[in-house]
Amino acid sequence: MSKQYAYYPGCSAMGSSIEYDISTRALCKSLGVELVDIPDWNCCGSTPAHASDHLLSASLVARNLAIAESMDVEGIITPCPSCLKNLKTTSLRMQRKDFHEKVESIVERPVRADLPIRSVLQTVVEHCSPQSIAEHVSKPLKSLKVVPYYGCIMNRPPDVMTFDDPENPTSLDRLMGALGAEVLPFPHKVDCCGASLGLVRRELVTRLSGRILDAAASLGADAIVTACPMCQLNLDLRQNQINRANGTQHSMPIFYYTQLAGLALGQSESCLRMDKLCVSPAKALQQVGAPAQEERAR
Amino acid sequence: MNIGVFVCHCGSNIAGTVDTEKVAEAARSFPDVAFSTDTMYACSEPGQAGIIDAIKEYGLDGIVVASCTPRMHEATFRKTLERAGLNKYLFEMANIREHVSWIGKDKEANTNKATELVKMAVAKLRNNTELHAGEFEINKRVMVIGGGVAGIQAALDCADGGLEVILVERESSIGGKMAKLDKTFPTVDCSSCILGPRMVDVAQHPNITLYAMSEVESVNGFVGNFDVSIRKKATYVDWEACTGCGQCMEKCPSKKAEDHFNEGVGTTTAINIPFPQAIPKKAVINANACIMLSKGKCGACAKLCPTQAIRFEQQDEVVQEQVGAIIAATGYDLFDHTLYGEYGGGRYPDVITSIQYERLLSASGPTGGHIKRPSDGKEPRNVVFIQCVGSRDPSVNRPYCSGFCCMYTAKQAILTKDHIPDSQSHVFYMDIRSPGKLYDEFTRRAMEEYGARYIRGRVSTIQPRNGHYVVKGADTIMGTQVEVEADLVVLAVGAEASKGAGELAEKLRISYDGYGFFMEGHPKLKPVETNTAGVYLAGSCQGPKDIPSSVAQGSAAASKVQSLFSKDKLASDPQVSSVAMQRCVGCAKCESTCPFGAIEMTEFRGMPKASVVETVCQGCGVCAVTCPQGAIQLQHFTDNQILAEVNALCPY
Repeated sequence: MSKQYAYYPGCSAMGSSIEYDISTRALCKSLGVELVDIPDWNCCGSTPAHASDHLLSASLVARNLAIAESMDVEGIITPCPSCLKNLKTTSLRMQRKDFHEKVESIVERPVRADLPIRSVLQTVVEHCSPQSIAEHVSKPLKSLKVVPYYGCIMNRPPDVMTFDDPENPTSLDRLMGALGAEVLPFPHKVDCCGASLGLVRRELVTRLSGRILDAAASLGADAIVTACPMCQLNLDLRQNQINRANGTQHSMPIFYYTQLAGLALGQSESCLRMDKLCVSPAKALQQVGAPAQEERAR
Repeated sequence: MNIGVFVCHCGSNIAGTVDTEKVAEAARSFPDVAFSTDTMYACSEPGQAGIIDAIKEYGLDGIVVASCTPRMHEATFRKTLERAGLNKYLFEMANIREHVSWIGKDKEANTNKATELVKMAVAKLRNNTELHAGEFEINKRVMVIGGGVAGIQAALDCADGGLEVILVERESSIGGKMAKLDKTFPTVDCSSCILGPRMVDVAQHPNITLYAMSEVESVNGFVGNFDVSIRKKATYVDWEACTGCGQCMEKCPSKKAEDHFNEGVGTTTAINIPFPQAIPKKAVINANACIMLSKGKCGACAKLCPTQAIRFEQQDEVVQEQVGAIIAATGYDLFDHTLYGEYGGGRYPDVITSIQYERLLSASGPTGGHIKRPSDGKEPRNVVFIQCVGSRDPSVNRPYCSGFCCMYTAKQAILTKDHIPDSQSHVFYMDIRSPGKLYDEFTRRAMEEYGARYIRGRVSTIQPRNGHYVVKGADTIMGTQVEVEADLVVLAVGAEASKGAGELAEKLRISYDGYGFFMEGHPKLKPVETNTAGVYLAGSCQGPKDIPSSVAQGSAAASKVQSLFSKDKLASDPQVSSVAMQRCVGCAKCESTCPFGAIEMTEFRGMPKASVVETVCQGCGVCAVTCPQGAIQLQHFTDNQILAEVNALCPY
């Protein structure tokens, strides 16, 4: 029985991480997780909103919650951990009556804020167990050594996210293992990449993200697997910057887990938009036996 | 009845927010009150003398004192009444301090409430009757549960005082945690050299019966007359025959059994004697690891044993003992560090616990006293100690301070330098808590003479990198973040209640706190007693303690037993339930609700009737409210007495 979810793609999915969105939709489709876009959704306000005003942040989120609540769905799912955190935090804060009333008066519509909210990753891991996913695999990711990188907010704060272990999460590890990849134990799996500080304090990102790349390379990983658009952007798009700043020469492809899952489930590279990755995944893909169809176009 | 009322000021404790004079005046109008006054300190010597004088002068035959909680001074005032020649149960206390003056600031409201409480007390007292205690014989044997240093001290002190002692230990040897330590702070002397002779004393003492590999199965009875059953677990070795020669260990082919004594550092044989100084020094077979017991083949030990002591068919055995007092000294367990995912949570081989490190330092440990990393056996250069792992951390439900970790970390830092002179120790701490004798000097020595680098701040994460670990934390004195490279990380794990402490507390019918530590009778005045008569506490079962405190408490518990046993007969408490035979219909509801098993069903003129075993009854009153017939009354708290209080409070 397929389950319908209100899908909240988030702003990155419309631009910097369009390949995440595309591959997410493809993965969900092949696993029978039915996504229905929340019509006319708006940005959750991201970091700027919650950093300046909780009420503003909550109101932006509440509008989306209200629309989703009118949709007759199992719950809301989103691929982006940052959107997820805003959705969940708001839903929790709305349990306070006075806050709830304030938000409703701003969005001018009733909001129940009681729909279950999950990440796509949690839905995939919890609804389709890694074993049953393994049964779908047509092209196992044999001989690909990956390090799973969850980022800092996929599992934290634990009381809000209520998913996996906040210090040593293993859902991505198990998923990648089920897809046939060799998963290396990665000590930096929940470290921060510097997030949006890349705009205002670039040296911080080059240091933090650089450390993640260094560690992955020293472990002998072929690729980093991530579930966060922000992490992916910092590690992938900024990899040259990081190399320049730290005097390193990394050429580490940064995949979305949905891309690698799609690949293992037999989807084509072009439909997974591997071409959107900045650091060429060609070598890694060759290792899995997938001929790189197109080099990155720039 | 002539009742006297005394309203206590308790200095400003009560008089500050209650108009005591007014309360005393109002009391004069209550029925049967012949005398009423306020008094500065009712519990003081002149205060008590005033009560005795009033009894004599006004011919009083019942007294109400309105003051603090009966937990504090009920016994005091009852004695005062006895000195004046009255029965001590013709006394009532109205709690106008904890229930009134300490919790409200409105003087008028407080005065009214205090007056009402006094009114209730007077109403109850009018229904009180004289009660008289019975006497019963006591059995002057004592059971000590737990053979750690506190239990050993308690057992030896009792035995030296001429008492017969049953010492029950669940491991195969006594010694407890202290036997696993290499050295002790602040003198850095050898732990087993201090403890070893005491253990031998236990083994050789004619008054001590030692049950090792045994657990208390059930406890029945009451102070002076406890019936205990003890489960002696199967060791698969006849301890009468075993001489502890150790030949069986040398030839046992199963060498991968968990080494419990060495805290999982290294492995041991399926049949083993845990350590050279073990008492009793007898072999025990680990049934899970034994090839004979799990697969039915082998039996090498049985063939080799020079005294033919091996008994593969041995079963658990339950023995009965009668004792008059019980000392619980069940100790503590160490915090399970795997709950800290950020410290590797058991995933990193070279992140170990303090007690594992202690085994590495010990000459009788798995490495012969050489500090070797578990992962590759290399000697570490940089050792990082992290304090407060499972202490003072509400996020893992351990908000309390374990008290001894600061000290043992300083000791381990000193020993590290002794073992590896060119090593460097780093200690991440929250604050240093070293309040014992010569303790602060000791931690200073670790820093100043042994050059341990103390960094104030918590560690956020430990990450492996190129064969060593990067320990990241805050330096809250410098206000910066720091990274320290470590070859070995030692987590100073805190203490938690011993496994199964809650179950044992229920068997002993004593209270335990939210963390499983046993509750003392009073935190200041009854540190080794429990609220169950005849059951005493020693050592860390009551809260984390270091060796000196554990020993002191062991001796204290022993002296309590001695004073209990200094009498040949004990007075029973008459505040117990009693059954009105003519009203009892024999439904046995009271028997099933009594938490102490104090009610027995008997036969009276061919009808089943309930009967209270007065020495077992704790006076909780559950039976009285259960009885559908109202046939059971709790003496001193009868229905009439309680209804009189209610009527005094609600006259309309």
